[in-house]
Amino acid sequence: MEWVQTIAVILDSAIRLSVPLLCAAMAGLWSERAGVVDIGLEGKMLIAAFASAVVAFSTGSAWAGLGAGILASVLLALVHGFAAITWRGNQIVSGVAINMLAAGLTVILGNAWYGQGGRTPPLEGAARFPDLTLPLAATLRDVPVLGRLYEEAISGHAAPAYLAFLAVLVTAYVLKHTRFGLRLRAVGENPAAVDTAGISVAWLRYGAVIICGALCGLGGTYLAVSQSAGFLPHMIAGKGFIALAAVIFANWRPWPVLGACLLFGVFDAVAIRLQGVIVPGLGQVPVQAIQALPYVLTVILLAGFIGKAVPPRASGLPYVKER
Amino acid sequence: MSDAPAPAIELVAISKSFGPVQANKDVSLSVAAGSIHGIVGENGAGKSTLMSILYGFYEADSGEIRVGGKPVSIRSSADAIAAGIGMVHQHFMLVEPLSVVENVVLGAEGGARLKAGISQARTELARLAQDYGLVIDPDAIVGELSVGLQQRVEILKALYRGAEILILDEPTAVLTPPEADQLFALLRALKAQGKTVILITHKLREIMDATDTVSVMRRGEMIAHVRTAETSPAALAEAMVGRRVLLRVEKAPRQRGRPVLEVAGLSVRDERGVERLSEASLTLHEGEIVGIAGVAGNGQSELLEVLAGLMQPSRGVIRLGGAILNAGDRTPSRLRRLGLMHIPEDRQRMGLVTAFPAAENTILGYHRDPSFGRGPLLSPSRIVAHALAGIEAYDVRPADPTLKTAKFSGGNQQKLVLAREIERAPKVLLVGQPTRGVDIGAIEFIHRRLIALRDAGVAILLVSVELDEVMALSDRILAMCGGRITGERQAETADEKDIGLLMAGVGEAA
Repeated sequence: MEWVQTIAVILDSAIRLSVPLLCAAMAGLWSERAGVVDIGLEGKMLIAAFASAVVAFSTGSAWAGLGAGILASVLLALVHGFAAITWRGNQIVSGVAINMLAAGLTVILGNAWYGQGGRTPPLEGAARFPDLTLPLAATLRDVPVLGRLYEEAISGHAAPAYLAFLAVLVTAYVLKHTRFGLRLRAVGENPAAVDTAGISVAWLRYGAVIICGALCGLGGTYLAVSQSAGFLPHMIAGKGFIALAAVIFANWRPWPVLGACLLFGVFDAVAIRLQGVIVPGLGQVPVQAIQALPYVLTVILLAGFIGKAVPPRASGLPYVKER
Repeated sequence: MSDAPAPAIELVAISKSFGPVQANKDVSLSVAAGSIHGIVGENGAGKSTLMSILYGFYEADSGEIRVGGKPVSIRSSADAIAAGIGMVHQHFMLVEPLSVVENVVLGAEGGARLKAGISQARTELARLAQDYGLVIDPDAIVGELSVGLQQRVEILKALYRGAEILILDEPTAVLTPPEADQLFALLRALKAQGKTVILITHKLREIMDATDTVSVMRRGEMIAHVRTAETSPAALAEAMVGRRVLLRVEKAPRQRGRPVLEVAGLSVRDERGVERLSEASLTLHEGEIVGIAGVAGNGQSELLEVLAGLMQPSRGVIRLGGAILNAGDRTPSRLRRLGLMHIPEDRQRMGLVTAFPAAENTILGYHRDPSFGRGPLLSPSRIVAHALAGIEAYDVRPADPTLKTAKFSGGNQQKLVLAREIERAPKVLLVGQPTRGVDIGAIEFIHRRLIALRDAGVAILLVSVELDEVMALSDRILAMCGGRITGERQAETADEKDIGLLMAGVGEAA
């Protein structure tokens, strides 16, 4: 049963690694389905990671950290919304600006407050999210294969991780079965149709942007307060962009986005596991090559295997009513 | 019925400006309840702006709107819907990836969860289908429906919201004549139910056929209100333009010469592999105009583009002056040198670079002509002199070759394109939508030019969605439907109904 154990460990690590991606990808999905392109996912996660680490450290409460992370990220999302919706600015430029702002601001504030090269002090105890043991995990661990996977991989994650998976379920339901979801899908395709139906395009899009901010906040908080024990400069490390790739890969649909994020998580987990392994005929593969593997596979998958991605038609276009 | 009911709609002294352009100037209008009221005017006369104000899409700078005698404030489409006004826009306000029923309930979902609202809408759609013959599959994806059915969805959206007053903006622009007849029958049925219909169009025939009363707009102002029974197309045209116009094009009998462009079995696929043009065969002779009649999107654009060298055929043979054109010949620049010129359908996207000054646009595609420069350098003074000659000959206003092309009106932009292509003495001229968005004065001018060219022996292929234009200019008419040529008629003996059926793909000559 050695292989079950191996798979369980890789899966456990894949889930951990895919949670931040999943949060960011769901965030991007909400924003883009409403017609607002957001390449500032990275920046919003970064600011959330910083804010959550600071507040969790000073209050000693991980949940207060989560609140602060979401708040900071939503504020930054509103800046993007203000530029993109109210002022009909270029959404790419606004997104880049947010990424640069977050990258600089977190390091400067971190250094000024703690003087540790931009890091926040390490979090301990209740300032971090504990791993939760799901019901029956101990009972089922002796059931062959499935019970083992349940106990080892599914159970034992922190609360924000489960919230991220819950977000997929809620997103899929809201988009398909509610008034808000219908309007949101419509506004990303043809905002003029929404406007002439007597609905405010701007409010709908602000709603989507706020949800996007909240989800980025969850992802950033998870990284700083659960996966790590504090904030490190530039700790998002491109996850916001990989998440955008996952959204395109999944054709802007919630369940496939989950699949894409888990797949990227598995790549990451395998890469970690392969470090230092001696491959017959090649010798020891350099760490850098292993670490590049997920990105290489991402490029190959995006280039070759997704067919034609069809984005929401009004995506990236400010809505201008007057001619 | 003896006491005079309040008018369904009253507009009092409405004014609206977009920057320096006054789109509506002190416009007043009164529409009786339970009537079909037409509004005619040229492009840019302010009809659409006025209706957009009534529907809350724009807000008027001043003026008052009354519905059923009561003043109302319409600041958004939601206000208009609440006042019982529904609108079918010229460019449909539909969400293409959504289903019919989702489009119908959008904005009137009846609760935070969709389930109840959707099932109520299904019941209501079934009732409307029964009452008015508006049959449609509620689960069909809107983007996959024909244009005629998409328009039906727009009408259903308005009726579902309980509209008592229905505004239709150029509803027949995208319909075949039989579909248009169906639409007018529907409007009469709505009127019989006591609903009020406002029909905006620039087609005088439709006004005469369908309306009870008609208003004429010109340059943002309301010029006349008349009963349809007491007016005539000629009188309406005169009111629209402000002077007498010839509705018919005068032309001498054709002097048909040798065949110059022969096309056999030509097919074209688009980038997704869908066949857009199927097995088209036609022959174009010197000194004749062959018109292509068809609803937009039935393969005419592809026919023009493949003949102009902008698309490559998947099958078929093209002969120009008797010689087969091989792949190397089928490029725009080579075809131009062979005497085949092209006036594209969309002048702003394909015919001109509107950000350039007019002078530069008059040499586009001919910029390698040595007379425009010295060696690798262009000579601005020579280009301007060349442009001035064209501007004079084609009466382009303002006569300023250094002015940015976007600043010219549609008619004058089209004259610039015409000047550029016609001055190169074509043997074959491909013309797409020569008068789309062009005022009536310029239409007369362009039509006379094309006739003069034909009399001089040029072979002209004319594509236009305006059936009247095709009928008036052509010597022969080919109808297209679904990428096929569905029939050919001689213009003198052609009958509009008959061509309408060919355009709809029925009654194909056996």
